[in-house]
Amino acid sequence: MLSVRSLNTEYKTKSGPAVRAAQDVAFEVPPGKFFTLLGPSGCGKTTTLRSIAGLERPTSGEIEVGGRLVYSSSKNVFVPLNRRNFGMVFQSYAIWPHMSVYQNAAFPLEVRKRGLSPAQIKDKVATVLKAVALDHLTDREATKLSGGQQQRLALARALVMEPELLLLDEPLSNLDAKLRERMRFELKRIQRELGVTTIYVTHDQAEALALSHEIAVMNEGRIVQIGSPRAIYDRPYSRFVAEFIGNSNFIDGTVLGAENGTSHWRIRGAMGDLVAISDTPLKAGQNVTLSIRPENVELADDAFSGGGTLNLFSGKVDQRIFLGDYADFQIRLGNILMMSRAHPALRASVDETIHMRMSPDSCVVLHEGGTAATKPYTAD
Amino acid sequence: MTGISSAELARLPERSLFDPKWIVLGTVVAIVAWLALVPLIFLFWQSFFTPATADNPAVFTLGNYAEVYGSARTLQLFFNSATYALGSALLALTLGTLLAWICERTNTPGKPLFYALSVVPIVIPGILFVTAWIMLASPQIGIINLVLQRVFNTDYVFVDIYTLTGMMWVDGIQHAPLAFLLMSASLRSMDPALEESALMSGASMWQIAWRITLRLALPAASAAFLILFVRSVESFETPALIGLPVGIEVFTSSIYEALHGYPSDIGLGATYAVTLLAITSVGIYWQSRLSQQGSKYATVTGKGFRPRVMDIGRWRWAAFGFFILYGILVIGLPFLILLWSSLQRFYSVPSWEALQNVSLDSYARVLEFPSVGTAVWNSFLLATGSATIIMLLSSIVCWIVLRTKIPGRWLLDNMASMPLVMPGLVLGLAVMICYLALGGGIYGTIWILLLAYVTRFMPYGMRFSTTSMLQIHKELEESAQLSGASWLTTFYRVVLPLLKPGLIAGWIYIVIVSIRELSSSILLYSPGTEVVSIVLWELWQNGQYTQLSAFGVMLICALFVFVIIAHLISKRFGIKEV
Ligand SMILES: Nc1ncnc2c1ncn2[C@@H]1O[C@H](COP(=O)(O)OP(=O)(O)OP(=O)(O)O)[C@@H](O)[C@H]1O
Ligand SMILES: [Mg+2]
Repeated sequence: MLSVRSLNTEYKTKSGPAVRAAQDVAFEVPPGKFFTLLGPSGCGKTTTLRSIAGLERPTSGEIEVGGRLVYSSSKNVFVPLNRRNFGMVFQSYAIWPHMSVYQNAAFPLEVRKRGLSPAQIKDKVATVLKAVALDHLTDREATKLSGGQQQRLALARALVMEPELLLLDEPLSNLDAKLRERMRFELKRIQRELGVTTIYVTHDQAEALALSHEIAVMNEGRIVQIGSPRAIYDRPYSRFVAEFIGNSNFIDGTVLGAENGTSHWRIRGAMGDLVAISDTPLKAGQNVTLSIRPENVELADDAFSGGGTLNLFSGKVDQRIFLGDYADFQIRLGNILMMSRAHPALRASVDETIHMRMSPDSCVVLHEGGTAATKPYTAD
Repeated sequence: MTGISSAELARLPERSLFDPKWIVLGTVVAIVAWLALVPLIFLFWQSFFTPATADNPAVFTLGNYAEVYGSARTLQLFFNSATYALGSALLALTLGTLLAWICERTNTPGKPLFYALSVVPIVIPGILFVTAWIMLASPQIGIINLVLQRVFNTDYVFVDIYTLTGMMWVDGIQHAPLAFLLMSASLRSMDPALEESALMSGASMWQIAWRITLRLALPAASAAFLILFVRSVESFETPALIGLPVGIEVFTSSIYEALHGYPSDIGLGATYAVTLLAITSVGIYWQSRLSQQGSKYATVTGKGFRPRVMDIGRWRWAAFGFFILYGILVIGLPFLILLWSSLQRFYSVPSWEALQNVSLDSYARVLEFPSVGTAVWNSFLLATGSATIIMLLSSIVCWIVLRTKIPGRWLLDNMASMPLVMPGLVLGLAVMICYLALGGGIYGTIWILLLAYVTRFMPYGMRFSTTSMLQIHKELEESAQLSGASWLTTFYRVVLPLLKPGLIAGWIYIVIVSIRELSSSILLYSPGTEVVSIVLWELWQNGQYTQLSAFGVMLICALFVFVIIAHLISKRFGIKEV
């Protein structure tokens, strides 16, 4: 449906070199899917989205939507954005304050001369306002809407013209926490019901994980990893991804050799030997970093009996923080500290010995920098 | 817990210790109240009394009002003033909005130059602009007519400046830069996403301009219109130089006539002035209401704010041409005609013969003019003096209004901004009546001009100070006080330095408008206290057009150099707009 190929966008600045805000960005989005650009502030998400929209003119690359080339530097194609038929929701919503709810939503239909009769326009607007649950506020002045309602109106306005592509730039970031969670479900429902292909920009990992079919993690203008929410979380490509999404323990080590099978490797770390998983072959003697999510560090008061026999360690409880539905432990193993998230029933208190177990599949060998851009990995 | 709460405890030392802050604040409040209110009271008083002379004391009378409101002439005045102000405000607004839109929203080539071009006319004194246009478009000596008559070999009068339309034209294009500044500020504060989302909705450029941009700018445009309207109602140069000779009278010129006619009738003048004041007050009141309303449309959000220009295709050359034409009409032609006539011994139309007579004689003669040196010195003193006083006063007033919880501070704010409704001529008259009645020896000295200037331009100072004060976080001051600094130290060491860029910008602006000032000065000057605009006025009245032009050319060049230097300095202080 949407295919972006080696897209580059620069901003010229008056002094100094141009800012390369998007570099070699490439991804594919199948029809009807929800695709998210995720990354820290200033990493180029908005730039990428605006380049797709046509609000920014890229310096090179290709963008194709539904088989139609809308931008290509080599073929010198640039479809003006008001002919692209994409819906977009801006971060500030950009609700026109001088129009009513109805007028806002009807505008895209009125300005396109597609021979819609007033009655048809009315029909379509009513349908879309119903979809976003604003049908009771049709004649309200747009400035007299609450934040969440404005957000839904912006969505309605983007959807009313039945866009090929829906572009959303941090649409929830101006809402308070409660409303944001509710709107998350709303957004997902509307997207699923209408089946519109959606590109979503956010810096909020929880939003990205909850909403998306696929996520592209960006950093400094480049895509670092593309994958399903599960894959991104379970198998972060690099330290940046592991740190940006969720928490992780990082352990440095040296590769000893392959363990039985192709993707498991024996690694010597400061705490001892352990078996970890890697999606690329490793060389013996190579220095690597592992990422282990705290919730994948199993804890027990007594030594484990039965189940997996790999990656068993024991250490001393350094700190224990009770958080209600779970407890966070900091465990000292020699001179390293491991974080673990465990069931609060675990009683071990500070300075007591505790036993740990980590499944080899949750000890992920990270890549040194670089990007996995075009090498999607699927876990499921 | 009983006893004193911690809040009360914190307030205790302040109550027991005497704080020098109150001396400063009290003085400032007193000065502002004096400046803004007292002359006004005297103006009202005078409109109900006969003029006091040596043998007759002032007596209460309703005669002035009876005369003003009882005559059909007043109806004519109303009509003239309204038509004139309406016409020129509409012209200025249309031009200014178009220019602002082109500058802010389109990809017209050469935009940075146009910014400068649009604001340059602000430094040209109004009286020079008007005289230049008389030289251009008068039926007898106007170059435009003479050239066209020669080309078509007729004696048909093509353009006549001495009409109501002519007055609207001169005033309208003169105020276009103001409209440009107001409208471009409003366009700049508009969230570009509002237009971008229309673009994403599939709207064309014209649909966006018409259905989104202009509609959103409507509150700002209405407010700008009212400002322009008030400016035209109170404008003095155009009605006096163009209107009076042919009997097209408006309120300002009637006030001047009443005072300078024979016999001079100060009571009648005051009554006209009160009427004019009522009109401008209503205008400014509505304008401030509208601006407040308009702020709900200002939807700037910090995030994702990027101004964006539209590709208007081939139209950008039309826009470019429009700017060039504007430049020619507003700067090129007026300046060239002044330059031309300054190089002549006797005023004459450009021609080969006249070209042989080019000389710098007028420059030499105008410099010999005894009052020129005094006037330049006076203007310099008044401009720098009033700018300095105003910026100091207004920064303290702003501080009181924005930072303290003193009850009634809104009144202070309104008082300091009130002179905005006073036309220069009305203010001059009020100040004149006030100090004639109070005595004190101020009348006839340069001090009375200083008082008038400070009063008249205080609202501008307020605007500059408020804008920059709003940008300073309160915590910066509080932390200085927590470090043990007294109020005076905090104000001097923290507040003033932080305000500096804004204060300098305001200072520069007030210097410029002070040098242009004519309408207050004309009622307050006496021999020895002339200012440059008065010299220009006198030269015009004496028919010394070539010397007037020479002086005007020098003045414009000097102001231009000043603005450029100011611009360079302010760049160093990080000021964006002068
Ligand atoms: N108009 C511009 N001119 C110059 N540089 C720009 C411009 N717009 C953005 N940039 C730069 O480009 C980079 C990417 O910006 P972008 O807005 O795409 O970030 P983002 O990922 O959307 O961040 P955020 O989460 O804060 O919205 C940033 O370093 C930014 O400073
Ligand atoms: Mg962004």
